[in-house]
Amino acid sequence: MSSIIDLERVACQVRRDIIRQVHYASSGHPGGSLGCADLFTALYFKVMEHDTSFQMDGKGEDMFFLSNGHISPVFYSVLARSGYFPVEELATFRKLDSRLQGHPATHEGLPGVRIASGSLGQGLSVACGVAQAKKLNKDEKSIFCLMGDGELQEGQIWEAVMYAAHNKLDNLIGIVDWNGRQIDGDNDDVLSLGDLKGKWKTFGWTVTEVDGNNMEALVTALLEAKSNTGNGVPQVILMRTEMGHPIDFMVGSHKWHGVAPNVEQTENALAQLEETMGDYPYPAQ
Amino acid sequence: MLSDYIAKDKKSTRDGFGAGLLEVGQKNDKVVGLCADLIGSLKMNAFMDAFPERFFQMGIAEANMMGVAAGLATSGQIPYTGTFANFSTGRVFDQIRQSIAYSHKNVKICASHAGVTLGEDGATHQIMEDVGMMKMLPGMTVINPCDYNQTKAATIAIADYDGPVYLRFGRPGWPVFMPEGEFNIGKAVHMNEGKDVSIIATGHLMWYAVEAANVLESEGVSVDLINIHTIKPLDATAILASAARTGCVVTAEEHQILGGLGGSVAQLLAANNPCPIEFVGMDDSFGESGKPDQLLAKYNMDTATILAKARAVMAKK
Repeated sequence: MSSIIDLERVACQVRRDIIRQVHYASSGHPGGSLGCADLFTALYFKVMEHDTSFQMDGKGEDMFFLSNGHISPVFYSVLARSGYFPVEELATFRKLDSRLQGHPATHEGLPGVRIASGSLGQGLSVACGVAQAKKLNKDEKSIFCLMGDGELQEGQIWEAVMYAAHNKLDNLIGIVDWNGRQIDGDNDDVLSLGDLKGKWKTFGWTVTEVDGNNMEALVTALLEAKSNTGNGVPQVILMRTEMGHPIDFMVGSHKWHGVAPNVEQTENALAQLEETMGDYPYPAQ
Repeated sequence: MLSDYIAKDKKSTRDGFGAGLLEVGQKNDKVVGLCADLIGSLKMNAFMDAFPERFFQMGIAEANMMGVAAGLATSGQIPYTGTFANFSTGRVFDQIRQSIAYSHKNVKICASHAGVTLGEDGATHQIMEDVGMMKMLPGMTVINPCDYNQTKAATIAIADYDGPVYLRFGRPGWPVFMPEGEFNIGKAVHMNEGKDVSIIATGHLMWYAVEAANVLESEGVSVDLINIHTIKPLDATAILASAARTGCVVTAEEHQILGGLGGSVAQLLAANNPCPIEFVGMDDSFGESGKPDQLLAKYNMDTATILAKARAVMAKK
């Protein structure tokens, strides 16, 4: 699968999966998940060389780490749709005895997940360790790590940022979901990120910006970052997204960070998203 | 037998770690070392010099170190992290909990300068709560060896175990009395068989327990002496057998009584064989600056206290 139109159709189904998972579980985080549907689709259906038979060590593969684990619905949808596990399993999201925990975990053995995340600020450090190991093992594939923008308020992120630059982890590509929102409101009201581009640059990273809800721009930026690995410098893509994109009553509001849509809102949202790959069934009640 | 355990010389347990790390690095090329700006204190120099490509200087950034270790483990390496016990646990508890324990990463968290025997630096650095934090984490193995030889052997043995391990050792020169060589995770060393009182000790206080046992034996008291280097998983078989032989127990550790070895032993006995028990350890207090032996005496973690508690617990039978 490669054309931009094809990718957009996948992303549309992924967004349906997000809405349906969160609605059926009556809990979860739709806002950031919807905003990042294009990124996950681009990575797993186009940019990354990966093997859905899943080996934990990811030897010879591009690897992805989700640091802002609360956007698990988009992660699970893309893992299922790309073949890591049956799409029917999405109906178990946040239910008892499920492999699809509220926040991603390795504990239940869900294929595609290599680290637990949820407590924020930890993923980039893990990605640094994997990047370091790839160098040690002479594996030239790339590591992608997605972080939330609010998550950058965690100090550990900047420890990892310093470490990656000092150790020339040029196989590491950080991505920031820069939607400007967090649980309590706008980043700028809660704790301003200031000159985000300048901060990463000063810490020694190559910085690019991209519209994270424009599939063509996103694919171009990700492929370019991949081709720029090996230059002695880690890279970060500051990805401008809209929380809740493109659902009209959700878009751009922090209020949908962690709230499940009710029946009416779910119908309304799904009416805005074409069913392109077939919805997974809800189990018979 | 008790007479087998004689102090030959003094060497620190951290030196045992350094020697063990070098040896396990020679045996297993998956072993990598990480250190947060304390290479000399952790005695990691020899490993670093022998395997520079497998050694990572992390800077004063322990949270990142735990995450990087989790990443290295994900890729199949066997990371040994090195910093003080304080910065190996409390400072990074959430990182260990999520990225290492819950994610079941094969990380060896190696923690030096544990307890009051760190000495003059004072209570900021004298962590006495680390075993409690680590033993509560599901799947975490907690090991607190008692001398140079046991620490070296433990350092080598944990590479062959697939799972997270907390390995706790200390700063001061300390009597070396255990034989070199084998270390079985979770298997207590039965140092002396007796029928009057059980003394179950871990870490530095194991030597004081040997001293106390010698005194008691010379007075005609028969001491069952257990070296419990692995606090989790606890060797329930050895402890219950000992309690069955003697009917009373003293635990000894350089750690808070609340949450340490004593708590684990008490829970085990309460559920299976309730019997009198006394605890030697830190009694809900912080430490302070001073010399290791002064601090252990002031805070009642010395040979005299073990003796007193042993006599007291026998009287309760």
